[in-house]
Amino acid sequence: METRASDPNGAASPAPTLPRATPVRRVIRESADTVTLELDNSVGRSFAPGQFNMLYLFGVGEVAVSISGGPVESQVLAHTVRAAGAVTRLLVNVKRGATIGVRGPYGSAWPIEGAARERLDLLVVAGGIGIAPLRPVIYHALRERHRFGRLIVLFGARRPDDLIYAREFNRWRAYPGVELRTIVDHGSSNWRGPVGIITDLLATTDFDHDDTLAMVCGPEVMMRFVRHALVGRGLPPERIYLSLERNMKCAIGHCGHCQLLPFFVCKDGPIFALPKVAPLLDMREL
Amino acid sequence: MLPGETAIVAAAALSDLLHEISRLGYTLVGPTVRDGAIVYREIHSAEDLPAGWTDVQQPGSYRLARRADSALFGFAVGPHSWKQFLHQPAVTLWHAQLADQGAVTFAAEPPERKRLALIGVRSCELYAIATQDKVLIGATYSDPHYAARRAGLFVVAVNCTVAGGTCFCVSMKTGPKVETGYDLALTELIDDARHELFIEAGSERGAEVLERVPRRPADGRAREAAEKAVRATAEMMGRQLETEGLRELLYANLENSRWDEVATRCLACANCTMVCPTCFCTTIEDHTDLGARRAERVQRWDSCFTTDFSHLNAGSVRSSIKSRYRQWLTHKLASWIDQFGTSGCVGCGRCITWCPVGIDLTEEAAAIRRTDLRSQTGREA
Amino acid sequence: METIERLLREHPFLQGLDDRQFALLAGCAKKARFAAGEYIFREGQEANASYLVRTGRVSLEVNVAGRGPVQLHTVEEGEVLGWSWLYPPYRWQFDARVVEPLWAIFLDGACLRSKCESDHDLGYELVKRLLRQVHQRLERARFQLLDIYRAGS
Repeated sequence: METRASDPNGAASPAPTLPRATPVRRVIRESADTVTLELDNSVGRSFAPGQFNMLYLFGVGEVAVSISGGPVESQVLAHTVRAAGAVTRLLVNVKRGATIGVRGPYGSAWPIEGAARERLDLLVVAGGIGIAPLRPVIYHALRERHRFGRLIVLFGARRPDDLIYAREFNRWRAYPGVELRTIVDHGSSNWRGPVGIITDLLATTDFDHDDTLAMVCGPEVMMRFVRHALVGRGLPPERIYLSLERNMKCAIGHCGHCQLLPFFVCKDGPIFALPKVAPLLDMREL
Repeated sequence: MLPGETAIVAAAALSDLLHEISRLGYTLVGPTVRDGAIVYREIHSAEDLPAGWTDVQQPGSYRLARRADSALFGFAVGPHSWKQFLHQPAVTLWHAQLADQGAVTFAAEPPERKRLALIGVRSCELYAIATQDKVLIGATYSDPHYAARRAGLFVVAVNCTVAGGTCFCVSMKTGPKVETGYDLALTELIDDARHELFIEAGSERGAEVLERVPRRPADGRAREAAEKAVRATAEMMGRQLETEGLRELLYANLENSRWDEVATRCLACANCTMVCPTCFCTTIEDHTDLGARRAERVQRWDSCFTTDFSHLNAGSVRSSIKSRYRQWLTHKLASWIDQFGTSGCVGCGRCITWCPVGIDLTEEAAAIRRTDLRSQTGREA
Repeated sequence: METIERLLREHPFLQGLDDRQFALLAGCAKKARFAAGEYIFREGQEANASYLVRTGRVSLEVNVAGRGPVQLHTVEEGEVLGWSWLYPPYRWQFDARVVEPLWAIFLDGACLRSKCESDHDLGYELVKRLLRQVHQRLERARFQLLDIYRAGS
């Protein structure tokens, strides 16, 4: 990747973990605890859907956040952040015009170019904030609709208000060959969609197991069950991709924190083909 | 002289040799006795070396003892490894400055261009340095601080003439004979009649240094004596580790009950990771000054034995000691091979000696081999 | 004109029954339609039927003081709503509110009970199918209990 610091001699390379001062161009409130930060990208830094950046808030700390927007050549890079830990609880409160530190992009990408070559159907399965690293896939598949087959998006969340990006759903659905289905754990009185779990949607979604690429991101429990459901429906494991989460500190494979047996999730992942990680998913405390 | 050439130098002339090295602009770092252990610190002459001392090591036990002679390198390895000089315990990576308008600027801390001469590097330790090179001077990203210190190194290696009670470099094929990666390699030859160093030049600058000290040509007998001493060391290994199929063995035994057993003894104190010459894990700390105007990021050694190490918002991925010990051992002996093409263990034995409860990874690996789940047919799941 | 028996044969829940069993069930069945917003039943009322959903969506709800009605689960096309008629005290536990206009087959509970008691083969087939739905419902409930999408979970 041209955006990566690279110097085979090492000694002369610039600090690979030095953040770039980056202005926040816009803050979009997505839900009670989630915002999207649109960060300046006037330099036109590119990324591949599925990759993440490290965001640093002055005096607070740093956290890995997947890139949730596009298009690739856009003037801003969107990062959807949910208040969940010490850093993100403050990061969701930054204001337009603030400067934060950014380094990246890091990590592996969803295999959408390969899918385009074979003109596969795309099955996106997202749980909660797990939709964020998949939104660039959706954008890509909408923009280049002719290069892909169907685009099926199954999105589960806790409550209707947690279905982030809902303001865009009608626009997504307007493209030909796009199906978007949502489900929530707990409904509210004005919710007209299904109440249940993500595998309920999967059970009633028709897809061609010979011709579909599945991309899954959500809580680890959800991914374990979705994976069994997909395999049970005849989808070959090598066409199922998952985005895994581990503690990312350095993001360049040096600090050791994100290890998952043989893998450094920061550089070998976060996106993995199921066969690479299948046995590891069932093992506790790896 | 040329690389590959050899000479005999009197032990008494070692200070001359060290002096020649420091004249080239190197700071000398070597073994010296301090607080009842042989540790690596800055030294100034051969006077600082632990003449006449040896170490007696067993699981959970280390003590110094007097030798009958005045050998300078007549011991194995202590609690220190050279990693503290290359992959330092704490490194400032960058500074950030907050301006009045809320703008933030970042500036990298430039690597310190320190030139170190490491005196008395054992074969296992050379392998350990090469192992950390693969991690920190990577194909895509290099640690500039490590790389700078690594590039400025002068290595005086020593062939081991004694093995410690917890040594197993022969099993790991990392010693005791020094083979590559040195400027000078010494073998100490000592008996009633003589105290000499058989020295081999491993680089041009090593050869140049050697040329400047009083010496005599090494004959075949001297070489034979040096090789015999190292061969004897190989016979004295305190431990052994069967490495055949070890990676596959550990991968197939992630649910072996031995991990539960070792967890009842392991204190998760992280000593093993601190003394290990290859353990490379770090964490970062962000500090802010009191005026909240200036922040800095410091990288510090970390250990996979802490609960914070695998922390996610939902909690620690490895909350049990069992899972953390398993992570450490399987990383060291198995997944390291997937990641970097070699074992992460060089057989130095430090983790065994410095474990406060004497957990011995060679014994743990052997215990898993004895109870290999793959051979336990009919065992209830 | 669609006969009720043909509708029964089309419903996934009853797939695999034999002709005799379909004929028996037809005696307990009639068509049912509900508009969005209608309550099919309310918590505490006598449970007198199962509804085989053909199209539409029903929300099972419980009213929680201070929170209002909470949707626990929705019953969709191809699924079955209601099994409280199986066991005493034959009372509905939740409210069933129609979210999307519903076309269903009403199966009379008392009629079903007597048919099942007198024909254990039919009873076994029905209970087996109901148990599968209960099993799926239980799995969902367990997952919802885990609350996996909660921040920091």
